[in-house]
Amino acid sequence: MLKFEHVTKRYHETGDVLKDVTFHLQRGEIAFLTGHSGAGKSTLLKLIALIERPTRGQIILDGHSLNHIKENQIPYLRRKMGFIFQDYKLLQDRTVFDNVALPLVITGQSHHDIARRVRASLDKVGLLGKERQYPLALSGGEQQRVGIARAVVNKPPLIIADEPTGNLDPELSAEIMTLFESFQQVGVTVLIASHDLFLIKKLNHRVLTLDHGQLIAS
Amino acid sequence: MKQNKSTKHRPQTKPNNSKNKISGSGFFSKIEGYRDQHAHALFSSLGRMVASPFASIVTIVVLAITISLAGGFYMLVVNVQQLTGSLEDSNQISLFLKDDVSDAYAAEFADTLKQNVNVQSVTIISKEKGLQEFETYSGFGSAINALEVNPLPIVVQVLPKDTLVDEQSLIALFDELKRSAEVDQAQMDMQWVKRLQSIVAIAKRGTTLLALMLAIAVIFVTGNTIRLEVHNRRDEIVIARLVGATNSFIQRPFLYNGFWIGFVSGVMAWFIITIMMLILKQSVEKLSALYNDAFKMLFFSYSETFVLLGISCLLAVLGSCAVLQFQLRYTKLN
Repeated sequence: MLKFEHVTKRYHETGDVLKDVTFHLQRGEIAFLTGHSGAGKSTLLKLIALIERPTRGQIILDGHSLNHIKENQIPYLRRKMGFIFQDYKLLQDRTVFDNVALPLVITGQSHHDIARRVRASLDKVGLLGKERQYPLALSGGEQQRVGIARAVVNKPPLIIADEPTGNLDPELSAEIMTLFESFQQVGVTVLIASHDLFLIKKLNHRVLTLDHGQLIAS
Repeated sequence: MKQNKSTKHRPQTKPNNSKNKISGSGFFSKIEGYRDQHAHALFSSLGRMVASPFASIVTIVVLAITISLAGGFYMLVVNVQQLTGSLEDSNQISLFLKDDVSDAYAAEFADTLKQNVNVQSVTIISKEKGLQEFETYSGFGSAINALEVNPLPIVVQVLPKDTLVDEQSLIALFDELKRSAEVDQAQMDMQWVKRLQSIVAIAKRGTTLLALMLAIAVIFVTGNTIRLEVHNRRDEIVIARLVGATNSFIQRPFLYNGFWIGFVSGVMAWFIITIMMLILKQSVEKLSALYNDAFKMLFFSYSETFVLLGISCLLAVLGSCAVLQFQLRYTKLN
């Protein structure tokens, strides 16, 4: 599903941030990406999201090399991924419904389809009935679940989560992880960047560890 | 995932095609969705403007004044042009008689003029009639009353025959009449009509240049407003990008915002010009009466209104479009 082949990313200012990283995530696999601050986790995620391009090597998503993707094709590729962020990145001036609907709205689906899918997605994360609320009225855990509902609403084959439990207490973190596992069961590949070693150990999934840009365990 | 297995699509094909088919409506659903997107952008941008009116009101007032300047000058030219148009056929010659000529003698003089083969008709405006007209229309009535003697001369208006169209024979007639002993001064309307026409031509060209400058101003002012709007909504743009929004999707609400700014400014400019013309209407009608109602004030026609609104919308959208091309390129994700 997601394949890194000898990927190196070099910045002019800081030198190699990722060095010769190679791994392969299968369909329906769940994996943690961990490492100290500055180990290259964020850079690796940015490469997948096509925010950055690799200096060397190639990334293959769903059988397509990302190296040859043109600028105007990037949006269509991003629709195959669901992103989840530590700070949720919700639109504060829009309702929960509108936030979750965004990925569907941009693909130009009809109103009727959008409403149906948004409700299904909110139901999955246990927030059905809160469509009309604004994000600020929700707790941190609920806001993150809105973020997750948005990430999965158009059923992407790959979910990328950047420190999704960074702002949450252990109990809520466990809830969120249970959600991720439920997506895995329907064949979605999940990559979670996380510091939370305790949580990672407890869940017993594959762990990719970065150290100064090199993959030291996978 | 199961859905995706079946579709080995290239990355540039929209991944939702297959899903839409699953939802059972296919092509029409796509059209419907596209329409929804536009309707949403149209009304959400309007809603945003209404929700925070002070953000846009400054821009709109500035634009309305700018557009009304250009439109106002246009209306001025249109009206003056109409005036010269109606005067084009008037070859009337006015003869101002010497002060010592009596009314009776003036009538005699007029009768001799009527004998001239080139003359169609002759009208005498007596000193008293001239004073009356002047009092009524000039607004200097009381100043005139202060004078003990009527300073106005007797005027004989001569209308040449219709057959006399070429300028040279007109001038010949004019010179002939001018030489008469009774005549102090002679004036042919033709001349000042010509002068007026060339003044109008200059005004027309000036208005075009002015309108051009003001159009550029409209483009820049709208562009700047949209630039600020993009800046204010940066987070939203970043999030939309991350979930796979195309540039045209991101641009759309801003373009509609520009459209609304242009439209509302155009409507406001229309009202500014029309109200100003209504204020001027009475004085203009009085002036027109002096010229035998040769002139009727022209207001915006339906097509002119349509063009005014069209141009304001177009310029505003153009300004927004230009700014978005630059601005979105610099609103990157990291």
